[in-house]
Amino acid sequence: MAKTKKQPEVPAIGAISKTLTGISGLDEITLGGLPAGRPTLICGEAGSGKTLFSIEFIVKGALDYNEPGIFMAFEEKAEELKTNVASLGFDLDKLEREKKIRIDYVHIDRAEIEETGEYDLEGLFIRLGYAIDSIGAKRVVLDTIENLFSGLKNEGILRAEIRRLFQFLKSKGVTAVITGERGENSLTRQGLEEYVSDCVILLDHRIINQISTRRLRIVKYRGSVHGTNEYPFLIDDEGISVLPVTSLELNKDVSSQSISSGVPALDKMLGNAGFYKGSSILTSGTAGTGKTSIAASFANATCLRKERCLFFAFEESPKQIIRNMRSIGMDLQKHVDKGNLEFYASRPTLFGLEMHLVAIHKAIRKFKPDVVILDPITNLITIGSVSEVKTMLVRLIDFLQTEQITVMFTALTLNNIVNEQTDEGVSSLVDAWLLIRDIENNGERNRGLYIMKSRGMKHSNQIREFIITDKGLDLVDVFLTEEGVLTGSAREARLLLEQTGEIIHEQAISRKDRELSRKRKVLESKIDSLRSEYESAEEELNKVYVEEALKKQIMGDTLSKITDLRRGTLSMQEKSTSKKGKK
Amino acid sequence: MGKLYELRLYVAGRTSKSIVALENLKKICEEHLKGKYSIEVIDLLEKPQLAEGDQILAIPTLVKKVPEPVRKIIGDLSNVEKVLVGLDIRPRITD
Repeated sequence: MAKTKKQPEVPAIGAISKTLTGISGLDEITLGGLPAGRPTLICGEAGSGKTLFSIEFIVKGALDYNEPGIFMAFEEKAEELKTNVASLGFDLDKLEREKKIRIDYVHIDRAEIEETGEYDLEGLFIRLGYAIDSIGAKRVVLDTIENLFSGLKNEGILRAEIRRLFQFLKSKGVTAVITGERGENSLTRQGLEEYVSDCVILLDHRIINQISTRRLRIVKYRGSVHGTNEYPFLIDDEGISVLPVTSLELNKDVSSQSISSGVPALDKMLGNAGFYKGSSILTSGTAGTGKTSIAASFANATCLRKERCLFFAFEESPKQIIRNMRSIGMDLQKHVDKGNLEFYASRPTLFGLEMHLVAIHKAIRKFKPDVVILDPITNLITIGSVSEVKTMLVRLIDFLQTEQITVMFTALTLNNIVNEQTDEGVSSLVDAWLLIRDIENNGERNRGLYIMKSRGMKHSNQIREFIITDKGLDLVDVFLTEEGVLTGSAREARLLLEQTGEIIHEQAISRKDRELSRKRKVLESKIDSLRSEYESAEEELNKVYVEEALKKQIMGDTLSKITDLRRGTLSMQEKSTSKKGKK
Repeated sequence: MGKLYELRLYVAGRTSKSIVALENLKKICEEHLKGKYSIEVIDLLEKPQLAEGDQILAIPTLVKKVPEPVRKIIGDLSNVEKVLVGLDIRPRITD
């Protein structure tokens, strides 16, 4: 040891310095990465992803942080390793040519080694030291050093040398990752955790109900705060992504901007505006009530606003959804072609809940949507318990709210207790809850929609009938009568009845009108006849007056004639009087 | 026995173990392989790049390159019998 080259390394005092791993999510959990200049032990069962973890640590270091790294493989040959990680898009050959990484395969074959007497592992130290110095490595991986135990017999020497190896790595100032196979009752078979006291990460690969879930836990991290939970992680074609359980503090930004639900009538119910941006909406209902249609309509509206929508389908395939929505007048294909809408379909049973969550996270980070739809969340219960699903959703909602992404879940309500619990469980998390209920009446089934809650919004408390037509979705007012709520054909019938009533009423009015005019005519004619009667009476009267006047005139004439004749004789006067009396 | 033994002894500086190993090796060779061996001592402190080629971990390591098969004997070579077995001079006793 004393003879190997030493680099002066100033140990950090106070807060320990950390090295970013570049592994998605891990740096969040460890609050900054692995302890810099110190060894970290990654242990786990066979196939838990130790090698991949460590190679990603090296590759990301070389690519993203300009920290060259040594990968010392005790298990896999360099070529095998290169082939294995090529599927993740890591071109180790290229990196090696650029002197950014170096892969050193340490081969130990017990069959060709004979041990006799005292020895030490100075050869390994020299080799490692030489490799580190040759590319100026800042990162070192030993995968897995326990293989030494199968190659060499003298355990006493090995243990002493491994202890010395860690000291050597520290003195070199490299951030090292040592992998170890998990033992029966200890973290590693050979008790490596005794030697690495700074940071120990445990990888786990569990199969529960035939569904596998990978988890990661930081067993210890000396001198640093770290997440203590088990974090799910995913290995896919882009390497490892760990899902940090985001801080469940309720201090997210909120938006008072609202976005349309895609159904104008529904927006009207929601305070004339729609949903708040960045809120979470639950649409629940029994089978066949049109939950997916509401979700698709929301997606459609989002895309029409030229925003991006990510649709997680756990029940139907994207093609099925597109076809079905076309039948109600929504062309989702158009949005898919434009790249505003993306479907992410997977069977819930494909992998465990946690893995789903990680996959959802990843897809969201990649697509950067404004709206996310999960249809339906209830299908996830097939792969996890109610409480697990709830935990998952809490985390998902939390993540989405921080990202200001609006999310709509659909949930199937069945008439059994377990699922009612889900409703309640989730409902306390969501901001708005639309409930679609079957209303069965008069031998037919209709849909009734109401808003169970909508936080921070003056929303309608009425049940609307939810109708699906070939032009889209709509909500219509239901009829409230003494017989109860009328929907569907009963509503139509009622409507018809009212219309008929109106016509009859109108007719009655017009009949009255006609009668009135007839009466007027009668009266008018009566007035006419009375007037003519009056005229004839008047004429009669006039005749008398005229005769009288004539008589008077004639009498006057006669009187003057008599006076002329008589010249004062009395007998003539009498004659005229008698004549008058006769008349 | 016309075979020539090409032996390489990897050491790291002149440590006591290395010196003991070289002395033991020379003794054994003189005794059993007189006239048909060559010993090359490689000091990894001087040529660290050579450690990878012969897959050297332990120090000291004796590598028998020729004749085949390649054999490695690690340690200070204090057990003569084991060294002879390792060099395929004595038949291997399966344990």
